[in-house]
Amino acid sequence: MKYIDEFRDGALARNLALSIGAEVQPGRSYSFMEFCGGHTHAISRYGLSDLLPPAVRMVHGPGCPVCVLPIGRVDMAIDLALNHGVILCTYGDTLRVPASDGLSLMKAKARGGDIRMVYSTIDALQIARDNPTREVVFFAIGFETTTPPTAVAIQQADKENLPNFSVLCCHVLTPSAISNILESPEVRQWGTVPLDGFIGPAHVSTVIGSRPYEFFAEEYRKPVVIAGFEPLDVMQAILMLVRQVNQGRAEVENEFSRAVTRDGNLKAQDRVAEVFELRREFEWRGLSVVPYSALKIRRHYAAFDAERRFKLDYKSVPDNKACDCGAILRGVKRPQDCKLFGSVCTPENPIGSCMVSSEGACAAHYSYGRYKDMH
Amino acid sequence: MAEVQGKIRRGYVRPLDLKQGRVDLTHGSGGRSMVQLISELFAKHLGNEYLGQGNDGAVLPAPTLAGRPGRIVMSTDCHVVSPLFFPGGDIGCLSVHGTVNDVAVMGATPLYLAAGFVLEEGFPLADLARIVESMAHAAKEAGVPVVTGDTKVVERGKGDGVFITTTGVGVLPDGLELGGARARPGDAVIVSGSLGDHGVAIMSRRENLSFDAPIESDTAALNGLIAAMLATGADLRCLRDPTRGGLAATLNEIAGQSGVGMMLHEKAIPLKPVVAAACEFLGLDPLYVANEGKLIAICAAADAGLVLAAMRAHPLGREAAQIGEVIADDHNFVQLTTSFGGKRIVDWLAGDQLPRIC
Repeated sequence: MKYIDEFRDGALARNLALSIGAEVQPGRSYSFMEFCGGHTHAISRYGLSDLLPPAVRMVHGPGCPVCVLPIGRVDMAIDLALNHGVILCTYGDTLRVPASDGLSLMKAKARGGDIRMVYSTIDALQIARDNPTREVVFFAIGFETTTPPTAVAIQQADKENLPNFSVLCCHVLTPSAISNILESPEVRQWGTVPLDGFIGPAHVSTVIGSRPYEFFAEEYRKPVVIAGFEPLDVMQAILMLVRQVNQGRAEVENEFSRAVTRDGNLKAQDRVAEVFELRREFEWRGLSVVPYSALKIRRHYAAFDAERRFKLDYKSVPDNKACDCGAILRGVKRPQDCKLFGSVCTPENPIGSCMVSSEGACAAHYSYGRYKDMH
Repeated sequence: MAEVQGKIRRGYVRPLDLKQGRVDLTHGSGGRSMVQLISELFAKHLGNEYLGQGNDGAVLPAPTLAGRPGRIVMSTDCHVVSPLFFPGGDIGCLSVHGTVNDVAVMGATPLYLAAGFVLEEGFPLADLARIVESMAHAAKEAGVPVVTGDTKVVERGKGDGVFITTTGVGVLPDGLELGGARARPGDAVIVSGSLGDHGVAIMSRRENLSFDAPIESDTAALNGLIAAMLATGADLRCLRDPTRGGLAATLNEIAGQSGVGMMLHEKAIPLKPVVAAACEFLGLDPLYVANEGKLIAICAAADAGLVLAAMRAHPLGREAAQIGEVIADDHNFVQLTTSFGGKRIVDWLAGDQLPRIC
């Protein structure tokens, strides 16, 4: 497969591993956070940690859209499906996220909720056109990658005067999450999470560009290398990060230059700005309430805002006490440090959200790497 | 009076309208319409001496192998597939292949099939005719007649067009033991060809996902291929057809039953570029995608060459390849050396494969 196989070449990977090994300075350790679940997935799926020298440790970040979705938000979606009789359209990954009362969207569907998996907002719009007598709500989740398609859908519905379509907006912002991690006491004061640098998001950066990360590099003196989601991208980014650390540099470098520019996709950014504005605060699973870290629908498009249309109130619901998802999302703990990991909490029966998506740190480690803990 | 009587033709029933007609509730009610549906559609296409007996059950000769009595192997499979017609096949041939293969992978010679149909009110008779014809064709090709059957009709909205359950009976010679508990460390793991074709062909036609992929389902009866493999006299431990859950589910099943592990080699796993590409953009792993005309063979390492040669000489095994070996592992993990050079588990699937968001 062109443009794919080139980035999965085992021989090149071994060369890169040798280069990383040669750059790593004796007695020094290197901890890098890959922000995105896409990177977490690639690292586990291709067994990258087998190729890295022991001095390089990868810390999994919170950039997994379904992992950071708090229980209260999934409850709202379930409420819409079960109590308001809407057709709820959702991306597939979201279906299994655990919510209150032992429910998930999947289980709500079995109880009679009309919940449909869609691949894009276009499908959700079509469902609204095909069912003019039903309310159709799109459960909009994700970072900056999935936000522009939601904006386009709302504008399209506005243009078509589609009265039965609305959006439950749960879009969140990457830079706020990174700030939150860098400001956390574990990183700033206690040093319990050593962070020597970041692998910056791939798809998110195609939209927002590399400029937003410049602040982190400067303000917090942490190097950022934006990398694609292919395994060679990740290896190359690690090499670049090790070099920056060795040379005492803290810059934004772009490994993913085949898709990411400094300014990003301006057209997409415009659409997002037209439709959405900042929320004053938003609860993240793991990071708790983060100010100005999410988007809501502007008053101009209020007719398409499911929260307004159905008068929904957000109720915060605490995670299972024994679940360490929060600490894992902040890089404080590793999946295998959680008491529930692999016993009560498995991909078949996830307790925490990190065990749901294959981008989640727990699911990735459970599905691809747990043999390493057992042998 | 005489005039009227003269118009009545004895035993006349207006033929089924196989162009415009639809299944209605009378087709399942036990009356004339049901008999008509059976005779004009099912019996017409699937007919054979046993089905023609027309009794509540088929009377069959006791199975023998070369004149000696063998053991009976029986298997049943419900077929629900959406869409009913897909590139490379339909639910009709699929329901024959699925059950023939389940019997054949036991090492048995499939002999007879039973078929149960659940039809939804309103289903076009023309589509039903296509399905039954396709079934008849598949049964003929596999050499396994449908000897008995049943039809029920459910109200509109209570079915999904057509569900077909098929049950197969075969005969297994004494002394031949194949089974999931027989894999031993050192054994070779072989697949008969490229993986994921069926699942991707189906997905390419799903309502909300249709994409143009020049890919056809691999649905096929494997009894011929298996007979050729058995004829080599090789030390085969286990045969399975990796349907739902794909290669990953099947190998995890065998690893668990045998109390062993497996080590696969990603580079050796046959995969069509178009399937790899479709999985790539849907965010799916082809190792978990369904197959309907492929088999996995576990055999003694020394006989791997013999088995592969026999498979490659058969049209359905041309791309057969050894993809790994059985290893000792108390945790029964199926592992994979990635083409990238790392290692990972190929785990059971948790629920359905769901596309990732980012």
